[in-house]
Amino acid sequence: MRGVADVRVEKNSLAACEPSMPTLPQLANVIISGALTGTVYGLMALGLSAIFGVIRLVNFAHGELMTLAMYTAVVAFQGLALDPFVTMVGAAAAFAGIGYVIQRAFINRFVHRPEHAQMLLMIALSMIIANLLLLGFGPDARNVQTSYQLDSFELGTILLDKARVYAAAAAVLATAVLAAFFRFTLTGKAIRACADNPLGARVAGLPVAHLYAVTFGVGAACVAVAGCAMVSLIDVTPTLGPSYTLLAFVIVIVGGLGSMVGALLGGLLIGVSEALAGVLITPSAKSMVSFGLLILVLLARPQGLMGGGRR
Amino acid sequence: MTPDRRRWAGIVAAGIVLIALPFVAGNYLLSVATLILYLAYVGQAWNVMMGFAGQLSLGHSLYVGLGAYAAAGLFVHYGLGPWAGVWLAIVLCAAVGAIIGFLAFRLRISGVHLSLLTIAFAELVRIAFDHIDGLGGPGGLFLRVAARDRIDLRAFRGPPAMYYYTMLGLAAGALALCAWLLRRRAGYYWRAIREDEVAAQAVGIDTFWWKMRAVVLSAVMTSIAGVFYAFYYNSLFPEQIFSFTRSIEIILGPVVGGLGTLFGPIIGAAALVVLGDGTTEVLAKAGLDIPGVKQVVYGVVLLLVTIFLPNGIWPPLARRLGFEPRKL
Repeated sequence: MRGVADVRVEKNSLAACEPSMPTLPQLANVIISGALTGTVYGLMALGLSAIFGVIRLVNFAHGELMTLAMYTAVVAFQGLALDPFVTMVGAAAAFAGIGYVIQRAFINRFVHRPEHAQMLLMIALSMIIANLLLLGFGPDARNVQTSYQLDSFELGTILLDKARVYAAAAAVLATAVLAAFFRFTLTGKAIRACADNPLGARVAGLPVAHLYAVTFGVGAACVAVAGCAMVSLIDVTPTLGPSYTLLAFVIVIVGGLGSMVGALLGGLLIGVSEALAGVLITPSAKSMVSFGLLILVLLARPQGLMGGGRR
Repeated sequence: MTPDRRRWAGIVAAGIVLIALPFVAGNYLLSVATLILYLAYVGQAWNVMMGFAGQLSLGHSLYVGLGAYAAAGLFVHYGLGPWAGVWLAIVLCAAVGAIIGFLAFRLRISGVHLSLLTIAFAELVRIAFDHIDGLGGPGGLFLRVAARDRIDLRAFRGPPAMYYYTMLGLAAGALALCAWLLRRRAGYYWRAIREDEVAAQAVGIDTFWWKMRAVVLSAVMTSIAGVFYAFYYNSLFPEQIFSFTRSIEIILGPVVGGLGTLFGPIIGAAALVVLGDGTTEVLAKAGLDIPGVKQVVYGVVLLLVTIFLPNGIWPPLARRLGFEPRKL
């Protein structure tokens, strides 16, 4: 059994260097890299936030869905030589379907059960996913090696890994699509109505069970995109799940559970502070900073930095 | 027979079987039984907080780890056996439990936020222990393994049966303590808070202090399991002992057996270990040695129980066996 957060070791990042006082351009480099990674974190957390905001479900299997997406990208790369950024599109569609089915098959009957019963259901699903991955792929780390992985963009003194820039771009694009979905489509509007007032939505004749399933599908699709983007930045192991679940929770709690803008800003904040802590303190202090931040936010402002005044 | 008589007959019969077990069972079976009792004990301890008082902790590995490192540190550095170490473990975990409880309950943190707070504390302490060089850091802390044939009670070294009886005593003690507490004011107050905290407060229960008592008692009980863990397994790694997966392992027994019930943690731990190790063993016999099978079994059992037996295995089983009066 492995521990959680420290196993997220990033490839070719400055955070891997020995800690010493960095120069200003180095610091700028670290902050921008952290922000790029943070965008992907934000997308992952957005999925969690949407699921919580609408279904009021605490998705403890979020990180396992993320690792599942990462393995999907690895398999597609090794088997079909597909670039993770191509796999992403198919994975998003597939995960949306899987999410829809999971919601319909298991979670819908738990919507009115106590909070802890829902958490336990998701923990059960997470254990099954994580250990099936372990059965299928073994405990060793897997990765993809793309041609552009070691390349970088040069902006003056600032060097940016190409893979990281692509990952962030994909995350931003997916977020924009998601925002458009919730803002402009009829289904998106209906989902928001469900989130605001489930009873009212039911009275107005909205198919709540179907909309909840669509929401879980949308959340899973966010995770699929985030996972495929992340796989070019990080090696994947089956035990990575809990660390992503916790990371996603840290982000949405910091940003405010249920708030979408909050999830994105929380992702950026955590991405940058992790990267800075990795350089300024020690690499393993990365997760210490995010958990410390989580405790502070929980104690001082449990509704999150962007959440409403309601507790 | 009345349900009450039947219950006592059941307890006496189970007690005789459990006491006689080391005389008939081999070392493997004894190690499985010890694991069941260990999980039953920590499950019982966690159940005080969640099952009785309704406060969901998902970070109980924190107290196992702190208890284990406290006792192991004293043993490795000062040669003090667990009889001294257990007191340090108890004081340390009572203090940590009180701090977390105080912060959480003063600021009215509950539900999922409380669960996340407990996880965050466990994770922070895990990372901190990675940096304590005196306790081995990430490389682990190891206790000297002595001859297994002699019983050395001072340093708590001996054959498997010694560990088995220790764990049996702890599990029986925890069961008796919980049974006693449930009949006292504490049990009624805790369950009142679990069912409806506002109502409990309205009838004059000091919910803050009763929740604090539940957390501290649960932490103290769990810390003793940590001391046992250190001297039974002889190696401690922060990555393992403080991990989130361990916290989940602790809650599985009581959840599967029946939250808030006295015998749930025991039945749940037994069912999970028997099914998990049984499957692993059967596959090993067939020449398939696959890591992860046990956890898949745990996950499937948990999934089925949460869907089909929301109150756990024990309540319906107890009615079927005639230990509880049938529902009208």
